[in-house]
Amino acid sequence: MGMSFISYLINGLSLGSVYAIIALGYTMVYGIAKMLNFAHGDVIMIGAYTALIAITQSGLPPVAGVLAAVVVCTALGVVIEGVAYRPLRNASSSLAVLITAIGVSYLLQNIALLVFGPNAQTFPSVIKWDGVSLADGKLNISGVTIVTIGACILIMILLMTFVQKSKQGQAMRAVSEDRGAAQLMGINVNGTIALTFAIGSALAAIAGVLLCSAYPTLTPYTGAMPGIKAFVAAVFGGIGSIPGAFIGGLLLGIIEILGRAYISSQMADAIVFAVLIVVLLVKPAGLLGKKIQEKV
Amino acid sequence: MTKKKKISKQTRSNIITYGIVILAYIIVQTMINTGSISSLMEGLMVPLCIYAILAVSLNLVVGILGELSLGHAGFMCVGAFTSAFFSKCMRGEMQSDGLRFFLALLIGIAAAAVFGLLIGIPVLRLKGDYLAIVTLAFGEIIKNLVNVLYIGKDSAGFHFSTQDVMALDADGTMIISGPQGISGTPRDATFLIGVILVLITLFIVINLTNSRSGRAIMSIRDNRIAAESIGINITKYKLMAFTVSAALAGSAGVLYAHNLSSLTATTNNFGYNQSIMILVFVVLGGIGNIRGSMIAAVILTLLPELLRGLSDYRMLIYAIVLIVMMLFNWAPKAIEWREKYLSFGRKKKEAVK
Repeated sequence: MGMSFISYLINGLSLGSVYAIIALGYTMVYGIAKMLNFAHGDVIMIGAYTALIAITQSGLPPVAGVLAAVVVCTALGVVIEGVAYRPLRNASSSLAVLITAIGVSYLLQNIALLVFGPNAQTFPSVIKWDGVSLADGKLNISGVTIVTIGACILIMILLMTFVQKSKQGQAMRAVSEDRGAAQLMGINVNGTIALTFAIGSALAAIAGVLLCSAYPTLTPYTGAMPGIKAFVAAVFGGIGSIPGAFIGGLLLGIIEILGRAYISSQMADAIVFAVLIVVLLVKPAGLLGKKIQEKV
Repeated sequence: MTKKKKISKQTRSNIITYGIVILAYIIVQTMINTGSISSLMEGLMVPLCIYAILAVSLNLVVGILGELSLGHAGFMCVGAFTSAFFSKCMRGEMQSDGLRFFLALLIGIAAAAVFGLLIGIPVLRLKGDYLAIVTLAFGEIIKNLVNVLYIGKDSAGFHFSTQDVMALDADGTMIISGPQGISGTPRDATFLIGVILVLITLFIVINLTNSRSGRAIMSIRDNRIAAESIGINITKYKLMAFTVSAALAGSAGVLYAHNLSSLTATTNNFGYNQSIMILVFVVLGGIGNIRGSMIAAVILTLLPELLRGLSDYRMLIYAIVLIVMMLFNWAPKAIEWREKYLSFGRKKKEAVK
């Protein structure tokens, strides 16, 4: 029990790290553009396919493959924002942009379906390191797990520093607080939101590669479920909060893996969604979220 | 004077809506009787009714209540499985097939309504994006639960399990067997029943929309705070719209279950994909436009079958249609452009705002 529990816990941390990286993208976009980017999960999938093609077909080294994925996803994120979301930013109903985002999600899935086919493709191992063995070989931690957790922590620290210290980060916080006032202060709101999408999508590319390194089957639907679960993680931690997304992601990963191991493997998704429902009903602002007073 | 004119206009519009359905039924039925319609098309008639009901019922939530529900297929799933469960248990034990189907229909609708109410109570405290994602979560949970549910029946009564096929007595049969679902449901659904259900759905939704309650629901959509301040019970009316919509989706599920002899819950029939599909019908037909969503459901279901070569691109086209429709209808710039160059019939909408 002891060792297997610890190994489940580490697997949970690893999956949770992937969720956390995706959730960071969600939470930044939600915090700044005030919209739920449903297509975020599918950007992950596009990133994974890009890395797959770059590595297996173009023969690039894994690092270059990851870079290619980051570049493609960043561009994709900016294009999606500019074409589909920006025209609807001041629409009279907030449903409009949500439904459009669902449309974009479907579009990406179906383009991938036409280009890459419905069959699952095996993702190459990007991380060649075997990992470490602890407690006389009873506890093995794979290289993928260590790199994933490390990458997540590094990304979180970099992102926090960027948002808190840099000028663009300050602009992001200002736009998030009050878009109109930020514009009056001379902040380029459209540029700031586009930058947010670029960062979020770049993170999605990294998350895609890490996700597919841990679970190496890739289909056009690979991104959808992790995307939705990462949103759950972002809500869990308090949407708009960067440390919240990190903590929410880790907790959700652990809950999912433990639920899969000790309750029922078929019910794992249902457990994750039940967490979302409980959080929203008990503490709608999430663990670290700010409670926003609604103005009349 | 103006009020009277308005009412008659409304009534005329409703008569046109019912007329379209009845006329379509008569034409198609004549074509079936004279054999001038392929058996493939004939097989599509019940699904057409199912999608029309789903689209109209989702429009009640999206268009009239103004909240996005992404778990509509979950209610359909509840209706389908409870009614199929009943029908399978009662198969051969009831004299009249018609009565059995009628009872199955009532059970399916009631079960979906109960689920709608139970889910609605917590969910409707939320709004916007959160409500959408929680309804999605509930829809997935329902689908997940159905997939781990095993129910068998033998002389000792019913047996439940969430793990695996259980040992039953010699005379026992499995009724629901997890991911394999229910097989051997009687195929009771006919085109006529489908059309009648579509008409009932339209009647309920149209009358609800034009009633005092319907106006209360729409006032919540337009301005929740203003509605609350004039004494409208927000929770009650939101729940009303949500439950009615769930019950109607349940009736579509009953039709679905009794149109196929085996019933399984997958992403494509009771999951997220189906919920999005229904949403596409609603958006294409016009959010809040009951007749439009019905027509969109029919066209979008028929079109891929008519254009067989297009079936690979079907979902891709839906996605593009969804995005373009939203941009064209809701983007402030597009609205401005439309008012400048295509001004017909747009003045009225401006006045409402």
